[in-house]
Amino acid sequence: MTVATPTRCLVLWFPEWPVTAWRLATDAWDVPAAVIAANEVISCSAEARAEGVRLGQRSREAQSRCPQLRVIASDPARDEHEFAPLLTLVEQAAPGVQVIRPGLVALRARGPARYYGGEAQAAAALLAGIDELGVADGRAGVADGVFTAEQAAREADPIRVIPGGESAAFLAPLPIGRLGDQELTSLLPRLGVRRLGDFATMDAGQVRDRFGDRGVRLHALAAGADSRPVQPRTPPPELARQVEFEPPLELAEQVAFSSRTTAEEFIAGLAAVNLVCTELRVMVFTEQGERSERVWLHPSCFDAAAVIDRVRWQLQASATDVIGSAVVRVRLEPVAVDAIAHHTPGLFGQGSDEKVHHALSRVQSMLGPEGVVTPAIGGGRWLGERQVLVAWSDRPALPQPLGRPWPGSLPDPLPATVFPDRRKVDVLDADGVRVRVDDRLLLTGEPAQLVVGAARLRTAGWAGPWPVAERGWDAERARAGCRFQVADDTGGAWLLVHDADGGWWAEGRYD
Amino acid sequence: MSVRVAEPASRSLLLQQLRAKTQARIQQVTDVHPALAGLLPDGGLRPGCAYQVSGGALLLALLAEPSTAGSWCSVVGIPEFGAEAARSAGVTLERLALVPNPGQRWLSVVAALSEVMGVVAVRPPGRVGPADANRLAARMREHGCVLLACGEWPRTEASLSLGRPQWFGLGEGHGYLTGREVEVTARTRHGLTRTTRLVLPDRRGRLAESRGPVAVDQPVELQAVG
Repeated sequence: MTVATPTRCLVLWFPEWPVTAWRLATDAWDVPAAVIAANEVISCSAEARAEGVRLGQRSREAQSRCPQLRVIASDPARDEHEFAPLLTLVEQAAPGVQVIRPGLVALRARGPARYYGGEAQAAAALLAGIDELGVADGRAGVADGVFTAEQAAREADPIRVIPGGESAAFLAPLPIGRLGDQELTSLLPRLGVRRLGDFATMDAGQVRDRFGDRGVRLHALAAGADSRPVQPRTPPPELARQVEFEPPLELAEQVAFSSRTTAEEFIAGLAAVNLVCTELRVMVFTEQGERSERVWLHPSCFDAAAVIDRVRWQLQASATDVIGSAVVRVRLEPVAVDAIAHHTPGLFGQGSDEKVHHALSRVQSMLGPEGVVTPAIGGGRWLGERQVLVAWSDRPALPQPLGRPWPGSLPDPLPATVFPDRRKVDVLDADGVRVRVDDRLLLTGEPAQLVVGAARLRTAGWAGPWPVAERGWDAERARAGCRFQVADDTGGAWLLVHDADGGWWAEGRYD
Repeated sequence: MSVRVAEPASRSLLLQQLRAKTQARIQQVTDVHPALAGLLPDGGLRPGCAYQVSGGALLLALLAEPSTAGSWCSVVGIPEFGAEAARSAGVTLERLALVPNPGQRWLSVVAALSEVMGVVAVRPPGRVGPADANRLAARMREHGCVLLACGEWPRTEASLSLGRPQWFGLGEGHGYLTGREVEVTARTRHGLTRTTRLVLPDRRGRLAESRGPVAVDQPVELQAVG
């Protein structure tokens, strides 16, 4: 059997990448954090490690070791997304990069070594470039073959170069677990083989008999004869676009107008690779470092005008709270794309839903995203919180599921008029004294008059009280009250609420 | 390319065709609940026409039938629209668009929506000029849209109002509303007035024909929840 000689490889490794990615995304640098997948720690920060958090621990155990631990759900998309800028930097410094996984890349060492005047110098140059992004703890390893170089990077501080031909000697003392194979790493230590070196000295034929081709491959890796070549990726075309404003712009309209060309380029760039954008991330950066970020959906696909609308809406929405200074940069990123063929206008006109969408989008661009809404019915006890208004083209998110019992919610017929903000009313007894409900749900008097605004109506019938109490355990969100139905003598009927403070409110009107 | 001039014979033919087309368009009324059909001049809502409606339950009853039939409906300028009552009344919420606060540009909003919607309900925030109403009517006629105005509107085809309501189910401190009997009066453009007594809403929140007070005034069935 002829084994191809391993090529010299340079591996860059960023330890605990999932935690670093979360920190880059949220800008929370000093808290102990651990990323959890399937209830096990898959990555933890140095602070957490100092407190005793280890990889593979169950999340509850990790939290008991370090009570202030921030537990973060694993998100491979976040890892990829945050790794992309690093990858771009590495690719700028040296071409032909293979991404093994987010946080671990390999490249052929020969080119960079000649350019930078040595393997160690090349590794140092690549790491120095990445330091600018705020990721300081990168490691680099240079050795024969990707596997050996990766092990060198793991042993590095921060750079380690294994000279050609010394791979076997370097790998020999490392534990067998480094092979990353479940079957071998559990079996071999029980056979007394605990080091890579021990495994490498075994007879290749016997390894083949016992473990098959996969075993032979791992055997070659352990011996430092990694024949895998680096398979560089083709950098994808840059689909995201950004526009810088110099001097920074103050008005939303100015920003929207100045982003127009960029939005058109963005759409054209996608169209050039036969794609359309169906989900768009708009990021706005300001002079003082504030950042507003939001993902916008589109029921069909974005065109340049729709992109500009989203930029303007986002600026208007965040002008009050997030953004307090002039805008220096707007970035447009496609979050989800689709083949352009699915979105070409039909030859014989478009469906009626398409037309409805265009009309509603037009109204939306007049009034803002919250101007046009579709109602959805969710769970809850109060009429106002049951009807959820979803902005047109947004994904409906019901805060509470409808399918629960919701004791205290009302049966049909329901009021056709539901006041978005409860209206202040007053209920008086025959003597003109306000009716109250005491702690035993007894009324202090018979409701005889209903005061709505300036009108004073006589009641023609009433029912109640029906107590509604929710979230008694949560001081901030707890709500309690008694509901009443009251019919007045003019033929109106009201749904009233008597709250815990003794006030009367109209929740809805039957009309 | 030369423009072909119509011959006198074919011109009359063309005129005839156009007339037939317009007639067909006009006769194509949007269906309403059978109980309301008898009140309205054409037995339904005529595309391109405006109707004045009072009362939220009546509006829902008028929206229900076209919405079930597959039309898109929208409600402009009514922030207190009860969506859950609309669903009970038979309005399909997936084909309902609300514009709760259109502000000053409400007329342009209605004009934009009238191009695609089957029915647009609007509460005008102020007086509507006849010129604006005419422009909008022309647009609605072109696209076959019905306007339901919850407020003053010039030159409506018919105006529907409620009178002599009577609620059932409420006692003095007990009961639950089970329905309302009410007189629905339609006054057409030509001054004709028709009145009928209906149950609106009934026990399920829908519109029903009145079958006398006995049918309505039954005790409430309690449903176990929780």
